[in-house]
Amino acid sequence: MSNAIQTAGSVAPSHEGPRAWLRRFVSGDEVAHIVTLLFASTILAITGLLVLQLWTNSRLSRVQSGWHFFFMQTWDPVFEHFGALPFLYGTVVTTVVALVISVPLGLGAAIYLAELAPRKISDVLAFLVDLLAAVPSVIYGLLGIFLVIPLMREVIEPFLKRTMGFLPIFQGPAYGIGLLTGGLVLAIMIVPFIVSISREVLLVVPREQREAAMSLGATRWEATWHVVVPYARGGIFGSIFLAMARALGETMAVTMVIGNDPRIAASLFSPGYTIAAVIANEFSEATYPLYINALVELGLVLFLLTFVLNGLARLLILATEQRGVAHS
Amino acid sequence: MRFQISNLDFFYGPKQALFGLSLNIPTNHITALIGPSGCGKSTFLRTLNRMNDLIRHSHYTGEILLDGQDIRKIDAVNLRRRVGMVFQRPNPFPKSIFDNVAYGLRINGYQGRLADLVEHSLRRAALWDEVKDILHKSALILSGGQQQRLCIARALAVDPEVLLLDEPCSALDPVTTAKIEELMFTLKDSYTLAIVTHNMQQAARASDFTAFMLDGRLIEHRETSRLFTTPSDPRTEAYITGRFG
Repeated sequence: MSNAIQTAGSVAPSHEGPRAWLRRFVSGDEVAHIVTLLFASTILAITGLLVLQLWTNSRLSRVQSGWHFFFMQTWDPVFEHFGALPFLYGTVVTTVVALVISVPLGLGAAIYLAELAPRKISDVLAFLVDLLAAVPSVIYGLLGIFLVIPLMREVIEPFLKRTMGFLPIFQGPAYGIGLLTGGLVLAIMIVPFIVSISREVLLVVPREQREAAMSLGATRWEATWHVVVPYARGGIFGSIFLAMARALGETMAVTMVIGNDPRIAASLFSPGYTIAAVIANEFSEATYPLYINALVELGLVLFLLTFVLNGLARLLILATEQRGVAHS
Repeated sequence: MRFQISNLDFFYGPKQALFGLSLNIPTNHITALIGPSGCGKSTFLRTLNRMNDLIRHSHYTGEILLDGQDIRKIDAVNLRRRVGMVFQRPNPFPKSIFDNVAYGLRINGYQGRLADLVEHSLRRAALWDEVKDILHKSALILSGGQQQRLCIARALAVDPEVLLLDEPCSALDPVTTAKIEELMFTLKDSYTLAIVTHNMQQAARASDFTAFMLDGRLIEHRETSRLFTTPSDPRTEAYITGRFG
């Protein structure tokens, strides 16, 4: 029997045998334990099934391409060339662009809402932010097509070219569609997650922490930036992971604005493709088993990528915490 | 007199918390504030360094002079540097012991050698010997009493004129409490101390002057020895003999 049951205050020692066990069983502790354990184990089961399915259904592709799958730049189903690299590149680049834009924006907004805004304004805006987080991604895709793409083509990309055109990432023709636009639309989508969760964790930082800083002669902003934000660091990182996971896997909004062209170009203005987008777009057209298997293997890659990036991010937190020290 | 307070009324929004308080807090002495829960002792203490400014819709009327100067005319950040504070629950930052003490120095742009002043402050707070080998470990590994002395060292590091202590021992055991009281005694040569306490023995042991408050009003304020032996107000007597509160 587990600890939970022994500490639950049941009186029967184990040597009383099955009768005592039955009594506890009927009184509910055992039942509750088994039932909740069963529910919890579904998490493991779902993860296992997922990996198993992706693994078995990508067998053909894995056997045929081996590790080349990760390094080949060509994706040409007509000639049975299946290389994942352009999609990996597009997925990582759009996610990085999205995080570069959304982390400062989201954190800044969260600080305003939690620390500086009058309570009423904060509550109303937080409600709107939660609403934004629930908007279906196809709507963001439409926003991208009707607003972001023209804006990028006419204003932002020409501006970036004029001012920072010496950087390879801001060169080439400004189509409006492409990696940068994909990243921007993703940023718009994930900002609500960062704002909403970061605001919550900032609000629960003990008042004494802020007061301790201010009692030493810190200004309001110094207390916020030096003490309150670091105190909430764990939760803020959590919000960023969640946002990152969503950006990595987002399909609809990205595919509507990225250009859907499997190539690797240094410029952020050039069209690209992401893993999630290519699976959604091509699965119904995949006409022969190897093609289908290659798409499933891409799914496996996306799964692993999410895993690896999350792991790296957690390591990063651990490293900063050991230096700066957190957790009681 | 370090603080001269006259006719202080304090309001949380429409609710009045302090009524016509007038008292002086003498330099280089320990003044204790006693009274039952909710009588306004902490509110009063937090008015002295304008910590209540952080609470929306709160305000006060009357006059509070620090060294003869109205505290409303002093920049709040400067005022708080001159009037340090130690809180009820130890609240070290989740940083290293060294960084906790150095924080106030850093934000105030201290130019000298940080390490010297950190050591000096920790010695003053009677904590140096216990932490000198673990300065770069987290402050959160310290015991409650050590954390509270760390908070005192942190407050002392910016060299305030006054130290406000808001029930600093309420979360500590008797042995640690004795240490803090001993520490207060050594500090009063250089600082002015005001301490809010629930514990009447503590007020009797550790303070020079005691103010007894009830329902937001100051009932009696005299030398500690006289207040506890010959209280002039029947309510003071009732409280210190344990008939309520």
